[in-house]
Amino acid sequence: MIRYSLKRFLSLCLSLAVASVVIFAIIEIAPGDPAEFMLGINAQPDTVAALRSELGLDQSKLQRYLTWVGGMLTGDFGTSYTYRTPVSEMIADRLWVSLPLALYALALSTLIAFPAGIYAAARRGKPGDMAVMGATQLGVAIPNFWFAMLLVLVFAINLRWFSAGGFAGWDDGLGEGLKSLTLPAIALALPQAAILARVMRSALLDILGEDFMRTARAKGLSRRQALWRHGLRNALIPVLTIIGLQFSFLLAGAIIIEQVFYLPGLGRLVFQAISSRDLIVVESVVMLLVFAVITVNFLVDLAYALVDPRLRSRT
Amino acid sequence: MSRNLLLGAILSSLVILAALLSFLWTPFDHTAMNIPEKLQRPGVVHWLGTDHFGRDIFSMIMVGARTSLAVALVAVGIGMAIGIPLGLTAAARKGSWLDELIMRGNDLVFAFPSLVIAILITAILGPGAINAIIAIGIFNIPVFARVTRGAALPLWQREFILAAQVAGKGSARISAEHILPNVANLLIVQGTIQFSLGILAEAGLSYVGLGAQPPTPSWGRMLADAQTMVSLAPHMAIIPGSAIVLTVLGLNLMGDGLRDWLDPKLREART
Repeated sequence: MIRYSLKRFLSLCLSLAVASVVIFAIIEIAPGDPAEFMLGINAQPDTVAALRSELGLDQSKLQRYLTWVGGMLTGDFGTSYTYRTPVSEMIADRLWVSLPLALYALALSTLIAFPAGIYAAARRGKPGDMAVMGATQLGVAIPNFWFAMLLVLVFAINLRWFSAGGFAGWDDGLGEGLKSLTLPAIALALPQAAILARVMRSALLDILGEDFMRTARAKGLSRRQALWRHGLRNALIPVLTIIGLQFSFLLAGAIIIEQVFYLPGLGRLVFQAISSRDLIVVESVVMLLVFAVITVNFLVDLAYALVDPRLRSRT
Repeated sequence: MSRNLLLGAILSSLVILAALLSFLWTPFDHTAMNIPEKLQRPGVVHWLGTDHFGRDIFSMIMVGARTSLAVALVAVGIGMAIGIPLGLTAAARKGSWLDELIMRGNDLVFAFPSLVIAILITAILGPGAINAIIAIGIFNIPVFARVTRGAALPLWQREFILAAQVAGKGSARISAEHILPNVANLLIVQGTIQFSLGILAEAGLSYVGLGAQPPTPSWGRMLADAQTMVSLAPHMAIIPGSAIVLTVLGLNLMGDGLRDWLDPKLREART
């Protein structure tokens, strides 16, 4: 297990290193000079040069890359070109919206998918199963930002239960904050719940064919009892893997949903930074998201190997 | 043919027909503004109503289908053109450094949050249909490479491949002549799935303003326009969204149906 973990860890570090080079390279080919952009078209060349030097843009590419990566390793993400505030502070502020949103959506997705998947598996081939499967087909086909607009139309504009956008903040209490994240979280959770319900159903159906399930039935348990006591626990392994992967997807996938609801999260930060050529912010947020995805994948791999020893020898 | 396949094929054909027909005919000029008739509900003259500039929504949906299908199709083409040879090579050289390099490269692309990188690419290269195609296409490459490799690996153990080797064929020729035809079914199914994901991705990029640029209509762009009008004219949001859902649903159903149809073993296992 230690050898496997080390190998996976090494591959994690390598992935992160390559990812950082790729992100840096993409940003480098971006047209437009941040200093010129910040000072406007009437700026004097010497003013632009001074600002370039202040921002460190006159250094070589390698030097800039090393400074960026070295800074991130110590928690220093640099200073925003536009706002002149530390990028790490800006990201931390936005994480207070994006992270709870992703967690909220993940909780909703699990709450919807588990009962739906179990219900469908227990009634395989019957109308209940077909209804759930039909709903999941629809769930994966609906673009979440469109679903978000429909939610706004019904629950914000017509029923006036929620606000149509914006974030109340956490200062007025947990309730207000959660309320403004509810519609975005539902919109974000829907396609994920559809996928998760399908995984749950097929994992349970796989388990139902196993010998130990036949034994459970043979000793007198009803189909439903066997499913609850023995099936569910075993089916959870693939389901937990998908949940792990979905978390990082939700964090990154919130970008468009944040646009729909004007939420001040990481997604909006990236869009604002891209349009104002605040490249250091773009680099850092994208790197952070990639870091989250790679790390979650790594942890999922480890957890998987911990419960299923066969996997350790396979890789 | 299963019910899924039939329903999926009908839905997909309708969208493709609408897109093709739009080259020859649309009820109105999709760019023609007609302010006095703005925000009309679906009716006899404008079947699906008009938008805030009085443009005919049915015509825009038809032309928008063209954009969605073209972007997704070319993106799948990119994924297949690069991913399949990579997958075939990795399978033919299983365990070699080349296989390792291709698969680790795949893992790396998978690790990038695709939406974020697609947004980054289109934001940097400039918004537009071509850059959206590139951004979506890149993430199709590892999908096809992985599916091809996975399906090709067991084939390399089979007798007919051994016979081809004995006959003196090289691994490239075996891959092209014997492996590829045998994994084609699976690739077609995957292609359908990626096609539907491509349509969703294109809609998302257009919605945030990074896809096809006006006056080229696209379904995502229409939704972005509808956002501020949603309380006044809900049909502006409901219609393009429904077009996306029906197209993606059709393609997914077709993918599922094709998989069952092409692999009877799976059909038995599923029911």
